[in-house]
Amino acid sequence: MELLDNLALGFSTALLVQNVLYCFVGVLLGTAVGVLPGIGPTATVAMLLPITFSFEPVTALIMLAGIYYGAQYGGSTTAILINLPGESSAAVTALDGHEMARQGRAGPALAAAAIGSFVAGTVATVALAAAAPPLASVALKFGPADYFSLVLFGLIVSIALARGTALKALAMIALGVLLGTVGQDIYTGTPRFVFEQRELYGGIDFVSVAVGLFGVAEILRNLENEQTRTVIVSKVTNLWPTREDRRRIVAPILRGTGLGAALGVLPGGGHVLASFTSYAVEKRISKRPQEFGRGAIEGVAGPESANNAAAQTSFIPLLTLGLPAHPVMALMIGAFIVHGITPGPNVINDEPALFWGLIASMWIGNVLLLLLNLPLIGLWVRMLRIPYQVLFPMIILFAAIGTYSLNFNAYDVYAIAFFGILGYVLIKCGCEPAPLLLGFVLGPLLEENLRRALIISRGDPSVFVTRPISAALLALALAALVVAVLPTIRRRRAVVFAEEE
Amino acid sequence: MERRRSFPDVLAGGIFVLIGGAFVVGALGYELGTPTRMGPGAFPLLVGAAVVALGLAIAGKGLIAGEVISFGPIPWRAVAVIVLAVLFFGFTIRRLGFVPTTAVTALLTTLASARVRLLTAVAVAAGLTVASTLIFVVGLQLRIPLWGPWLGL
Repeated sequence: MELLDNLALGFSTALLVQNVLYCFVGVLLGTAVGVLPGIGPTATVAMLLPITFSFEPVTALIMLAGIYYGAQYGGSTTAILINLPGESSAAVTALDGHEMARQGRAGPALAAAAIGSFVAGTVATVALAAAAPPLASVALKFGPADYFSLVLFGLIVSIALARGTALKALAMIALGVLLGTVGQDIYTGTPRFVFEQRELYGGIDFVSVAVGLFGVAEILRNLENEQTRTVIVSKVTNLWPTREDRRRIVAPILRGTGLGAALGVLPGGGHVLASFTSYAVEKRISKRPQEFGRGAIEGVAGPESANNAAAQTSFIPLLTLGLPAHPVMALMIGAFIVHGITPGPNVINDEPALFWGLIASMWIGNVLLLLLNLPLIGLWVRMLRIPYQVLFPMIILFAAIGTYSLNFNAYDVYAIAFFGILGYVLIKCGCEPAPLLLGFVLGPLLEENLRRALIISRGDPSVFVTRPISAALLALALAALVVAVLPTIRRRRAVVFAEEE
Repeated sequence: MERRRSFPDVLAGGIFVLIGGAFVVGALGYELGTPTRMGPGAFPLLVGAAVVALGLAIAGKGLIAGEVISFGPIPWRAVAVIVLAVLFFGFTIRRLGFVPTTAVTALLTTLASARVRLLTAVAVAAGLTVASTLIFVVGLQLRIPLWGPWLGL
């Protein structure tokens, strides 16, 4: 059983005292920041990312994964208790979760979310361990032309799932790719678009882009309509679900896990799709559909499981192909690169301890999450009472310090202000920021493989359609583009997202 | 969804055309190379042209049948103060050192809220300065001097 050997290696790495400790710290910090109203997992990971850079690669990535799970669970807590989901996938949880909280059943809602996340995390970790090695060996056969088409495919699919019009999402991706070309050219070393500033030779740091787009822009939006937020956080009592509750959540958790594990692999927001699909499925097959939206515990357990399973399996394209499935994974790529590791099919062979250690730590992270969240819920509730006037200066200050500490480069800090304003204006115009970040991270990969493929083929562009893998991927990309632009599908997307408002 | 002339669409399209165009002009200044050996300017030129084209399409569509989005108010004070605070941080962190830079940045950011009272702002800024010094310099051993050369220390 190779799988068991691999998992044994993983657990022997992940169970090292310092790794467990930092996984724990990561989960704790992730939950603490993620629970703050209006801050989703992407912003949380972007803000806490710099802290992890001082550790060894394995420890840093394990801690980062811990932060990600913590942030997600924190977001669900906020959604349930005060109906302020930090990101779109938690919006589904808020529908029934907050309703349950208003009926004084916040405890069972939080417990259902935690238990569902744990089960989903366990199953999806095994799925990840089983699916990653074969996929990685396929990916090793990829040539530069195939890689170019794969990246293009990933970018195009991400617009199919983004909100807003396809045209704008496409423009955001292209803009991201374009901004990714700033800095020294990889082949000739020519500095591009640097305005003679030596500090820009290394390119724009992706942390600045992420913090600006997701942190500063979000704060500016929140400051548009300032009102004293009266947060009524009810006391959480009776954490443990009743026997009836327990019976009702088993099937939704299992269905949500399956859905999430499958959809999480999709690039560009599979986790959002997973929670919405799970909610729709539970509502359809329930014997009491009228209870949905009025505090049905199935409506919390299913989507939460789907969300968490998807969070886990979204590591599959990252670890095997080097492709981020959503913005948090784009941040993970950045973290890999900072530690001198190129994410992709080689990681599994070159760094087996890191690869399997990361996978094992996902499960440990889920255990810690369960152990941490249920007893500490009182503390998280208190975090919700921090006034915004303290919160947002703290976010901006920590973001500036964190970004500066990466390279001690003042331009990285200036970039935060630039991307904050750019992101704010574009978001106000109905453009979503996530595709820009994906384009920014994947752009250099796109350029490198395009140029390499053309060097190998001696300038013949037909190489992209004559290699079977590349041709198939381009055909899929084209199909995805057509689907995204077709009006009927657009209408259906509008229906899916209408429930979110 | 109602569709008519849309200011946000035209603005977004304009931004894309502007940035894409700037990159196209810049890219023309670098070597373009041949298809076999693409120079440093070729890829930005292609992508820049794509951004311009998409921007024109968005703006054009916005003039005829745009997406109706309400643009909403702009918190000018917050925009100005936060940009100023971030730029100040980047410019002075080396020169003034960690403590004064953090304190001024925190105070400026706090003032971004239109509802804040000065006393509250000072208290929040002081608290954040102490907290970030403890977290980043003491806890995470960040190598930034507490007091910088401008202070003559």
